[in-house]
Amino acid sequence: MKLRLSALLLVAITGAAMLAFNSAPQQAQAEYADVVLNEYSEDAGMRPVVFPHWFHRIRFRCKVCHGDLGFEFKAGGNDINMVKIIDGQYCGACHDGDVAWSIENCELCHSGMPGTPTQVHHSTVSQLAGTLREAAEAAEAAEKETEE
Amino acid sequence: MISLRARAITSIGLLATVLAVFVHAAVAQDNPNAFNRLMKPPSERNAPPESDGIHDPTADGTLMLQPPQESFAGLPKSRSGNYVNWSKAIENELVAPRSDIHNPDAQAIVFDLNIVREVKGSMPDVVYPHKQHTQWLDCSNCHPAIFIPMKGANQISMASILMGEKCGVCHGKVAFPVSECRRCHSKPKPVDQP
Repeated sequence: MKLRLSALLLVAITGAAMLAFNSAPQQAQAEYADVVLNEYSEDAGMRPVVFPHWFHRIRFRCKVCHGDLGFEFKAGGNDINMVKIIDGQYCGACHDGDVAWSIENCELCHSGMPGTPTQVHHSTVSQLAGTLREAAEAAEAAEKETEE
Repeated sequence: MISLRARAITSIGLLATVLAVFVHAAVAQDNPNAFNRLMKPPSERNAPPESDGIHDPTADGTLMLQPPQESFAGLPKSRSGNYVNWSKAIENELVAPRSDIHNPDAQAIVFDLNIVREVKGSMPDVVYPHKQHTQWLDCSNCHPAIFIPMKGANQISMASILMGEKCGVCHGKVAFPVSECRRCHSKPKPVDQP
């Protein structure tokens, strides 16, 4: 009886583990140009910020943020913090409860997967950098192997 | 005689196993000779936030965000990026992004001037349309920091674009990527040219 119960438990645990493993995304399927911002967030105990370019470009032309509001064309290139946002700078120019929802909706921005670094998703630069990094790592591994 | 608790555990276990096998089969990449081994299948495009790999599915906010597919359904398609042709979308007024934060009626200052750049090699020359760019951007977004507004003053190469400079400040990050060669290289070279 005890043995049987253990066997059943094992089945249950294995099944649950397989399910958890399989349903985890194989790799990021993020939308093109989604920006993750994690310069300060996780250090301050919050999830990283995900900024969806696609959602915003439907509502505002690029020049509104990248001209009128002074956002640089670079992920992590803008020194943004919550004080500035509350004072109406950067995201706070719209996310003030008037033009767009206000800052009390923490999790609508701070919804990023913990551990995700600052980056623009699917950018050619990051893909090339990834390829170069992989090539460098492969070369390094090969070199180590020949040394041994 | 199996207790009720044990039965419950068995049912959950079996259900989870069946589901796991099902999910595994759905994402199976086991066939080494599968078609388009390295390509992203259409089913994986425009994933909803909870399964896109960068949103935390356990965050309450994640489930409140709009799935891109819902938004893109009525927009013209393209082959890369968001799989949306944004130029066509704004040209055909399928999207109406504001030019000003507070004034929804503010009009963009559109500048209709094509710049032809003759390129080396066999590729067709590049036609740069100010019109499509000024529908989204101000002159000052590009001039003079990225492009000096003077003929012949800007050295542009595909290498620099790929590294995120010049056109690559936007193209390959948020605007259509360089894989769409013909959208820029669109002017055939004169036929008498060798």
